[in-house]
Amino acid sequence: MGLLTAMEAAVKKPVFGCQMCGQCVLHSTGMTCPMNCPKTLRNGPCGGVRADGGCEVKPEMRCVWLRGYERSRRLPLLPAAWRDEFNHLRPPVDNTLRGTSSWRNFANGRDRRTPAGWEDGEH
Amino acid sequence: MSRLEQTLEQGRFVVTAEMPTIDGGGMDEVRFQLDPMAPYLDACNATDNTAAHAHASPLSIAIALQQCGMEPIMQLVCRDRNRLALQAEIVGAALHGIENVCCLTGDDVSAGDEPEARRVFDLDSPQLLSTARSIASGRYLGGRAIEPPPHLFLGAVENPGAPPFSYRAERALKKVRAGARFLQLQICFEPHLLEEFMAAAVRLGVTERAAILPSITILRSARALRFIDQKVPGISVPAAIISRVEAADDQQEACFDVAYELAAHAMAQPGVRGLHFISFRKDAGIAALCRRLGIPTHAERVEHGYGSPVAV
Repeated sequence: MGLLTAMEAAVKKPVFGCQMCGQCVLHSTGMTCPMNCPKTLRNGPCGGVRADGGCEVKPEMRCVWLRGYERSRRLPLLPAAWRDEFNHLRPPVDNTLRGTSSWRNFANGRDRRTPAGWEDGEH
Repeated sequence: MSRLEQTLEQGRFVVTAEMPTIDGGGMDEVRFQLDPMAPYLDACNATDNTAAHAHASPLSIAIALQQCGMEPIMQLVCRDRNRLALQAEIVGAALHGIENVCCLTGDDVSAGDEPEARRVFDLDSPQLLSTARSIASGRYLGGRAIEPPPHLFLGAVENPGAPPFSYRAERALKKVRAGARFLQLQICFEPHLLEEFMAAAVRLGVTERAAILPSITILRSARALRFIDQKVPGISVPAAIISRVEAADDQQEACFDVAYELAAHAMAQPGVRGLHFISFRKDAGIAALCRRLGIPTHAERVEHGYGSPVAV
């Protein structure tokens, strides 16, 4: 593990429960890591959220996306642009980036590379 | 263009239903389950390991439905297949002329009878929709060309009855932007939640871009209602409904009444383009419910026309 990767893990794991997917989208998901969703959903809550807001898979845990939704609206210091990104269609996870530093991948643009057949434009 | 797509394009009322799961019994069993409801349906859903229980695969059921003269809607969930397998199913379905594909996240493996299984969720439902849309425009997700591209009519599911309630219509819009042209809603026993969802869907323009079909289920007992309430994630059954059925002399009839009331209410919502029925076994109840709702058979709807009962 490189120094940058180790630093990122040291900061983000305790604070956000970071899973080191290497393509961080925290800013657009109400500073709530979607990789903590047991289904690792990147585009919002599944239909299994319980009436009390509990996760379908882990009832004792509040749905990650419910938390993200609330935080994306309420966090006082979240820039408006980040709030607006909540509804963006996020591309499939690039599994080759797992365990790498999303900071490095952000800096060199690697985290924005999507599969050639992925249509960025929504219809 | 599929019959479902055509019917919706013509603005006619649509009736779909879920094919009960098939394990053994071959085509005889498929016909046995399908026949009672077939006269009312525009298309029938071939489910994908519902509630995380293994059954005959959605593509196999979709082909079986075609052989019975019924148009299939092939469901695909993200739980059991990675992106390669999902794309292979869609392209394989297209090979057989199956154009209607409904893309779902899927219940978790922990909901089923083999909770030890590995959950996949390589894609989520909006990503699967977008991937299917890429296939329909002639490219696999990886970029490789598909020539000629298959025609697909894509759908999704949204749950008006799961938190965050105020977000569900926005999520429906996200699925529409990703490629969904029809939305079969999760069963909802709480009319006010469906009302709020439909009002938001109209406001956000979802109903202009996709046909929304609320789902209705016909159960037989208070026990079944309680089971759904407690065991099916994302569906709540109000205590008042359970106690009403429990107190009835004929629980099956009381359940039928509940289904009728929910269906009549759903049909009256602005933007609703049809109904989707879910039953759990061979069930002539769907036909009886359609009759009580005043919905003509498919053949009669085609012959005489039957639009949405309320202006959209």
